Amino acid sequence: MNDRERILGRVRRALADVPHDDPPYEQAVSRDYLTEHGERGVEETVELLAENLADYRAIVHRCTAADLPATIAGMLTARGSKTVLAPPGLDPAWLAAAGAEQVADRAESTPHELDRVDSVVTACAVAVAETGTLVLDGGPDQGRRRVTLVPDHHICVVRVPDQVVSSVPQALTRLTPTRPLTWISGPSATSDIELDRVEGVHGPRTLEVVLVSD
Amino acid sequence: MSGTYLGMPAFPKAAHEAVGNQTLRGNLRHATHTIRGKRAKAVSEVSDWAELREAGKRIKDHTLRHLDRYLVQLEESVTAAGGTVHWAADADEANRIVTELVKETGESEVVKVKSMATQEIGLNEALEAEGIRAYETDLAELIVQLGKDRPSHILVPAIHRNRGEIRDIFEREMSEWGRPAPEGLTDTPAELAEAARLHLREKFLRAKVGVSGANFMVAETGTLVVVESEGNGRMCLTLPETLISVVGIEKIVPTWRDLEVFLQTLPRSSTAERMNPYTSMWTGTTDSETADGPRTFHLVLLDNGRTDTLADEVGRQALRCIRCSACLNVCPVYERAGGHAYGSVYPGPIGAILSPQLRGTGSEIDASLPYASSLCGACYEVCPVAIDIPEVLVHLRERVVEGGPVTREGNKVVLKPAKGHAAERAAMRAARWAFSHPGALRTGQRLASRTRRLHPRTLPGPGSAWSGTRDLPAVPAEPFRDWWQRTQGGKGGAK
Ligand code: SF4
Repeated sequence: MNDRERILGRVRRALADVPHDDPPYEQAVSRDYLTEHGERGVEETVELLAENLADYRAIVHRCTAADLPATIAGMLTARGSKTVLAPPGLDPAWLAAAGAEQVADRAESTPHELDRVDSVVTACAVAVAETGTLVLDGGPDQGRRRVTLVPDHHICVVRVPDQVVSSVPQALTRLTPTRPLTWISGPSATSDIELDRVEGVHGPRTLEVVLVSD
Repeated sequence: MSGTYLGMPAFPKAAHEAVGNQTLRGNLRHATHTIRGKRAKAVSEVSDWAELREAGKRIKDHTLRHLDRYLVQLEESVTAAGGTVHWAADADEANRIVTELVKETGESEVVKVKSMATQEIGLNEALEAEGIRAYETDLAELIVQLGKDRPSHILVPAIHRNRGEIRDIFEREMSEWGRPAPEGLTDTPAELAEAARLHLREKFLRAKVGVSGANFMVAETGTLVVVESEGNGRMCLTLPETLISVVGIEKIVPTWRDLEVFLQTLPRSSTAERMNPYTSMWTGTTDSETADGPRTFHLVLLDNGRTDTLADEVGRQALRCIRCSACLNVCPVYERAGGHAYGSVYPGPIGAILSPQLRGTGSEIDASLPYASSLCGACYEVCPVAIDIPEVLVHLRERVVEGGPVTREGNKVVLKPAKGHAAERAAMRAARWAFSHPGALRTGQRLASRTRRLHPRTLPGPGSAWSGTRDLPAVPAEPFRDWWQRTQGGKGGAK
């Protein structure tokens, strides 16, 4: 008997007390919890997102679509970034005003190459206001998971209000489980040393978010 | 289950030693009180906490009651998404599978995401014995690994270490394992974190094999979820070509939608945050076109005592645990005794009910663990999946003392009562310990009155002969001390 049969056999014997008419999943699970906490208008939801992002030490900017290239260029200059990585599907206009040299991400780029990039600019799939979370799903304007991980500076652009949802339940309905998903709430952080919070042990130490409205 | 620390004394003895250690007690007190306070605030932010808790409990209970079906469904989904599923009945089997998978890649080192399951089976040691080096990449786990130490808390495993000790460990040990600590390293947390960043980055960037656990596995889609804060998890899950995840069979949830419950309750219960900085979800492998993550993915499903636990109708609920560690931070016994006293990778209240079930109560430490509690009920109140830890503790005490039918490695056996003498000693020592620590007792009493319906009217175990002919007094609704304070000794009048 292999381990698969052994384990499944043990599980079945262990559950001998469970009756055949045990309630099916739909009846057994209660969902009396909320799909959203509190009532907010569209602008208030965006405001809450901005607040919660900032509370988790992301740097938040707001601008119009027309001002986006200048806003991004300004952020790169302020940081002194010499190179900036853009995923293949990113709108080229976003980086049109940037002075930094643009690096393309290629499947064969090694992690060491990524490590030498100063900044990375991506879009996102959805943002969750109540938790201050950005979700990336590897779409063409977000790139591979590693591009937002290895470089030390990540600029993420969120289109408001259409990419913003209130809550975690609402976010999950918008996402496709088969895509690789990364949920980001603030920059990398640790509290492992005497519970003192330190930003950026392994991921980007600086996360800047641009909330862009049309 | 392996991983009983060799020569581990029974809980009361280990706890006694820990209580004498001032540094440990100071650190633990600070840590548990800080996290406890923050958690209460994070929970109070969500008005539907009770409903989320109930939903989490029901999802997990339903899954456990139909675990065979969900395991098979999960296997199908993972396989359809390009992953390979392996089954491991015990620690040795799991270690053998992982070792072989690593050898097949031709690599001799792996990077690891912090995972209780791999600690439980002693994977690092098993790999080491086969000439494979496993690098822990979580900062706290790195501190523990470099210090040749044991983790003492589920969430903050190196909580027993001060910054000065960490500095010394880094300076002394880092060069042994790779990039040495920078010259003139001070003990500020930021500098220590930077040293760890540089040391580990070298390893991430060249790693070909990653090893992880998972917080959740979705049967419907084959999706695995890892929740973390530092980004070391993302590194290990994304950069290597091969990913091997070792996950306990109880970590399944049936549907994608179920994640909406646990992604709300886990971060708030655990780090007291609205959301942890990073959560990674992946389903099978990605195609070579995009090369976004590992192209080979193995899932090792681990039993190692879980089916035996499942066979116990009272104890089964321990498998609902999502390892948030909230119960540790409210436990007056854990706060004083420290994580090491529990002799297992699972410390605190959850450890006191999980370890004796996963491993059986054969050893002295496992037989004493059900007594490592004042039954105050605080752990039950904070548990996001409502595990009635006091109920299971009482049940296990009975089991230790009276014996009875249990399942071990899938077989029904009848446990003999522990030698009365030893069990009695363990119980009495634990009681004496609580009485000599008034703080613990006070908390215990106060919470005991809130949960008094849970308390047995007869003493379990060695006390049963005594209480068999007497009724235990019911726990009063309000402890005397509280009544005295509230009424200023009766003068203020009860309000
Ligand atoms: S028993 Fe409950 S409170 Fe304790 S770690 Fe598990 S889920 Fe958290």
